[in-house]
Amino acid sequence: MFDYRTNFGVEYQNIFNRIQIRGPADEGAPLKWGQENRRGKPRFSFLFGLIGAAQVGPFYLGATGLASIVCGFIAFEIIGLNMLASVGWDPIQFIRQLPWLGLEPPAPAWGLHIPPLAEGGWWLMAGFFLTTAILLWWVRVYRRARALGLGTHVAWAFASAIWLYLVDGFIRPVLMGSWGEAVPFGIFPHLDWTASLSIRYGNLFYDPFHMLSIVFLYGSTLLFAMHGGTILAVGRYWGEREVEMSIDRSTAAERAGLFWRWVMGFNASYESIHRWAYWFAILCTLTGGIGILLTGTVVDNWYLWGVKHGFAPMYPPVYPPIPDPGPLRGVLR
Amino acid sequence: MIGDILVAPFRLVGLLLSGVFKGIYGHPWRTAFSIGGCVGGVLLVLLAMTFNFFPVVSIQRGFRGVGMLVQYNPRSVAREAGYQQIIAAYPPVQPAGVPAEIAYKNIQVLKGVDANEFLRLMATMANWLQPSVGCAFCHSAVNMAEDRVYTKTVARKMIEMTRYINTNWRAHVGAGGVVCNTCHRGAAVPGSIWFMTPPPGGRHNFAQTQSGENSPSTVAGLTALPNDPFTPFLLNAAPIRDQGTTALPDGNRMSTEQTNWTYSLMIHFAQSLGVSCNYCHNTRAFGEWDQSTPKRLVAWTAIEMVRDINRGYMVPLTDVFPVASRGPIGDVPKINCGTCHAGAYKPFYGASTLAAYPELEGSPDTPAHERVSVGGQRQAAIGQPSPHAAIDATPAAATSTAAGNTAVADTR
Repeated sequence: MFDYRTNFGVEYQNIFNRIQIRGPADEGAPLKWGQENRRGKPRFSFLFGLIGAAQVGPFYLGATGLASIVCGFIAFEIIGLNMLASVGWDPIQFIRQLPWLGLEPPAPAWGLHIPPLAEGGWWLMAGFFLTTAILLWWVRVYRRARALGLGTHVAWAFASAIWLYLVDGFIRPVLMGSWGEAVPFGIFPHLDWTASLSIRYGNLFYDPFHMLSIVFLYGSTLLFAMHGGTILAVGRYWGEREVEMSIDRSTAAERAGLFWRWVMGFNASYESIHRWAYWFAILCTLTGGIGILLTGTVVDNWYLWGVKHGFAPMYPPVYPPIPDPGPLRGVLR
Repeated sequence: MIGDILVAPFRLVGLLLSGVFKGIYGHPWRTAFSIGGCVGGVLLVLLAMTFNFFPVVSIQRGFRGVGMLVQYNPRSVAREAGYQQIIAAYPPVQPAGVPAEIAYKNIQVLKGVDANEFLRLMATMANWLQPSVGCAFCHSAVNMAEDRVYTKTVARKMIEMTRYINTNWRAHVGAGGVVCNTCHRGAAVPGSIWFMTPPPGGRHNFAQTQSGENSPSTVAGLTALPNDPFTPFLLNAAPIRDQGTTALPDGNRMSTEQTNWTYSLMIHFAQSLGVSCNYCHNTRAFGEWDQSTPKRLVAWTAIEMVRDINRGYMVPLTDVFPVASRGPIGDVPKINCGTCHAGAYKPFYGASTLAAYPELEGSPDTPAHERVSVGGQRQAAIGQPSPHAAIDATPAAATSTAAGNTAVADTR
């Protein structure tokens, strides 16, 4: 293997790089189509160079990118200005209370009707533009990959995230017949929604698809740490050249594989680890979306569903049984 | 080992500081990183100061392993203990042999109480409520008997209320009952009272109408949950049960949005009592009564009691209170869990001086208060479909018809 470090006198390129490459900018491979919209003369950023490639640009904007940014900006403004209005247009309170501020979907009483702007119409409008922006960005990701002659893996992974977003904010509310079931915009408001959704539908922890989603979420971080750690650890044997290693094993690949066989008896290959990570990430939002989609539409109380199907454990009673006082006093719900 | 862990934060700060000094001699970008590290270190220390440090006392309240643990930090409990210190009862007095209504004029509630016992109660009340002002806080200095000062009218109603609670709400207050000081604790206005939130106004023109959420909620643990869960549940009787009672959908139309309101009230419960959810609930199934602790029954009764008191004793005082003492939409101060509990699972940790003041006990003769005090509003309030409707209710709406309130809900 060609020892580029010795031959070129460059250091190992890593995060917090100590050496940055400067030279003629890389314009990228000539393409059959789709390169006419590259914008801007490439330049170099010292700060970017510390954590990655120092070269910035050329950019590609294109029609879908531009439309996506415009739509995203409209959604951002609708949400932000409504938040600002909610604190009486006071910029100081806007900053102080920002995590609490939100834009609420229409009240449940509206069903799937389109309410006036002040009664949730703004939420619908912001949701429309944000969704459009996200979908356009997906088209852009897909088309850029095709233009470069790449596979479309990134676009499909992104689609999995969009699936969860659409289930939360559109598909499930439509199936439930109420915009009010959707997620509000806002930092704490959407977290409160998450907690209330789980409480309302009897504890999402008993939702098997929620369980799967958590497995893939935590599994993704685990795989990320294992893979990142392994590659950094074999960097001293040029192990970061993963593509070459996939077809031409070196001492780096052998040591990395042996390490994991020693540690846990099995090792992924240089190629397969990326499929592991890719599918764990995709399945996180895919299963999560299914779990939310079933909540309220098919299952009303996940805990009781767990009891019904025998996987929610029962514990010995600690207290004498307490009767529900509600029915005695005419409280049915 | 433990020593290493204790020293670790200091080592970390030392490392950051050494980075700063090395960086100043080194490259400019290193200096930038070092300054960043220094800022990060300061933030780390500030963050660490918000932690609850060990040891924390953990009390098991359910079967082992289910996580039903109530945590108490002994240091914060010690800080709060002073506020839960009960004021000792005044020494007993020799009976005068004459009932108060004979000895004094304008006795309306404390009839049949011995005159000396009556004076002792009056002195105690001055001490309980407003020790610095004394009798003059409620009484005209010229003529103690006249009802010119509004606080006297309020105090009379409050004595009635105390008797009413001690007679009819033992299911919640238990054998200890309540006395004036349970809420007042030496202050004319109890520490925790609430007013209705002003209805969403036209201030924002066509921007979104505020739903009573999405600002730091002081009653709900600084979440973005509703700031006033009291109007729907502790004044009106909006539906509070959100969870489905069957595994599969069976007509429960309660929404995630409505759950926000119940959730907010429940956080208020926990905050007011200085406990966590699992003091009453097994949090894996909030709605299940067979997995709850017996305290849930007491807390459930409290909702009914507080609503009853707010309607039967506080709302009727609305016109008695001066405008300045009322809320932003002119409503009377009302009670919630914190009014009595003030951060403890039981007021005064269960201590009581009621036995020393039998005249506050009430008796089976105490007229059971008509529960529907606000013009037959109980049924009307139950008919409200959403907490939003209750939030929209102004004092005017609260005394209007049920149809009026429903109409408010339907337009939302």
